[in-house]
Amino acid sequence: MAGAAATGGSARSETYASARNWLLLPSWAVLGIFVLAPVAMMLVYSFLTKEFRGGVIWEFTLSAYDQFFFDRGLFGDEPAKIEWTYILIFWRSIWQAGLATLLALLIGFPTAYFIATRPAQTRTVWVFLITIPYWVNLLIRTVSMKFLLRDQGPLNDFLLATGLIDDPIRIINTNAAVQIGLFYSYLPFMVLPIYASVERYNFALSEAAADLYANKWTTLRRIVIPSVRPGIIAGCILVFVPSLGAFLAPDLLGGAKNFMIGSLIEEQFKGNAGNWPFGAAASMILLTLVLVILMFLARQQARADREATS
Amino acid sequence: MSSRGDVRTYSGFRAITMLCLFVLYSPLIIVTIYSFNASRSITVWEGLSLQWYADVFWGPESGKFKQAAINSFTIALIAATMSTAIATSAATAIVRGGRFRLRTASLGLISLPLMVPEIVTAVATLIFFNSIGFTRGYLTILAAHIAFCIPFAYLPIQARMQGIEDTYEQAAQDLYATKAQAFRRVLLPMMMPGIIAGFLLAFIVSLDDFIITNFVKGAGVETLPTAIFGSVKQGIKPNIMAISTMLLVVSIAMVTISYIVGKKDNST
Repeated sequence: MAGAAATGGSARSETYASARNWLLLPSWAVLGIFVLAPVAMMLVYSFLTKEFRGGVIWEFTLSAYDQFFFDRGLFGDEPAKIEWTYILIFWRSIWQAGLATLLALLIGFPTAYFIATRPAQTRTVWVFLITIPYWVNLLIRTVSMKFLLRDQGPLNDFLLATGLIDDPIRIINTNAAVQIGLFYSYLPFMVLPIYASVERYNFALSEAAADLYANKWTTLRRIVIPSVRPGIIAGCILVFVPSLGAFLAPDLLGGAKNFMIGSLIEEQFKGNAGNWPFGAAASMILLTLVLVILMFLARQQARADREATS
Repeated sequence: MSSRGDVRTYSGFRAITMLCLFVLYSPLIIVTIYSFNASRSITVWEGLSLQWYADVFWGPESGKFKQAAINSFTIALIAATMSTAIATSAATAIVRGGRFRLRTASLGLISLPLMVPEIVTAVATLIFFNSIGFTRGYLTILAAHIAFCIPFAYLPIQARMQGIEDTYEQAAQDLYATKAQAFRRVLLPMMMPGIIAGFLLAFIVSLDDFIITNFVKGAGVETLPTAIFGSVKQGIKPNIMAISTMLLVVSIAMVTISYIVGKKDNST
């Protein structure tokens, strides 16, 4: 079955054990130099002093993190209060990404379930149809969404023509536009893992539930959804995590008022307001947040697996 | 007693699937239609025309877009080739290298670019090149792309290799092939569908990237996404829709190729 890691003992072997260090060297070198070392350097930069007009001065300070969490007044001499500006931007990002994930789940789960219950031949065509938009350039998709949602765009034209509304509704530059954009950007990520889980689901369980007089929606809630939970969690991660740090959808659809983490970080490295250590600190906080979420879910998953096997 | 089909299907799920496809495709279809618009304005439709395609190739901004396209495609080609080679090598060690201590760590490192938010990778890479005093430009974009394409190339390659039993290589070695020969003449040809899928995925991911490129590109070096973004900031113009439609066709062509390759593979 597709997707199942049906690895017999013989698929994993020791044939190339003698050469494995050499075989791993290129990936360690490239990822070590261009991913690990940069993240380490970013951590260092978040503790350095900012230089005006970008860059850093090599003097250790905690001021980037201090600026993120505390407000000490214009001259830094007042008693420290909690600085809410950046915490609220993070909170708004979590909220926006969460709503987009929920929307994607509400549309994505029925879609994945529907596709997985098609006959085997047509199933691949359905999956293909869901996959295509994922392969299309994200920038182009976001620009297309902006074009569609404009005040004088096709969506408003359509709604006006059908008489559903009398005045164009303002969608662009609102929170809703950002949620729609994020939902639209990452929707295929929700469908594909849930599809893979439902495809492996044993429908005899649904029949057994029906035989025991469970109605269909009870079966869905009590039998199907718990069985495909790993796919649902994977889908939610794949939508939530990129949404949290997204830059394009908030920037192009949300306008200046609907700032998210991505724009906050980008601003520190572009233009004249640049504050590299602050941008590095905000990036470290975002990275920590994401890793905590991933570790929490991985532990949950491991616990669920243990319960399933015991 | 309800029939088997009744237990499996839920009313309304088909409608939601149609809604899902409608949501996924309608923006793309509308932009494609409007790219053929004869009007200078993007709001009114004035009939079919290819003028915006002509504008992309010969218009005032054509030089900028041509250079951006050349940068985008050469970077995607080199990055996809390099990352596929690196990923194939790593997959061989991880799937065919027995049990070893660094196995989990290697898998973690390879999937790291998937877990770190893109904007964080972008910031980190910018800071890294700045701290070692490397001038930003074509090469910095290329290096960053090779790195973040590795997991995308790796996943289909590993999946394919796990599906191939090692009896073929054993047989080759029994017939006095060296390990290198067994790899090159037996395992590699059987790996091809996975390698092609990995290459195409890496190619598209590189072509697609905006955020990391935007951070590590130097002044004056543009790829198609950064050029399009710069242009869109001043408002959506019809020529952008023409470029978008062309890129759309490239993406769909590539995914179709990988679909056909995958299908052929299943039928054998």
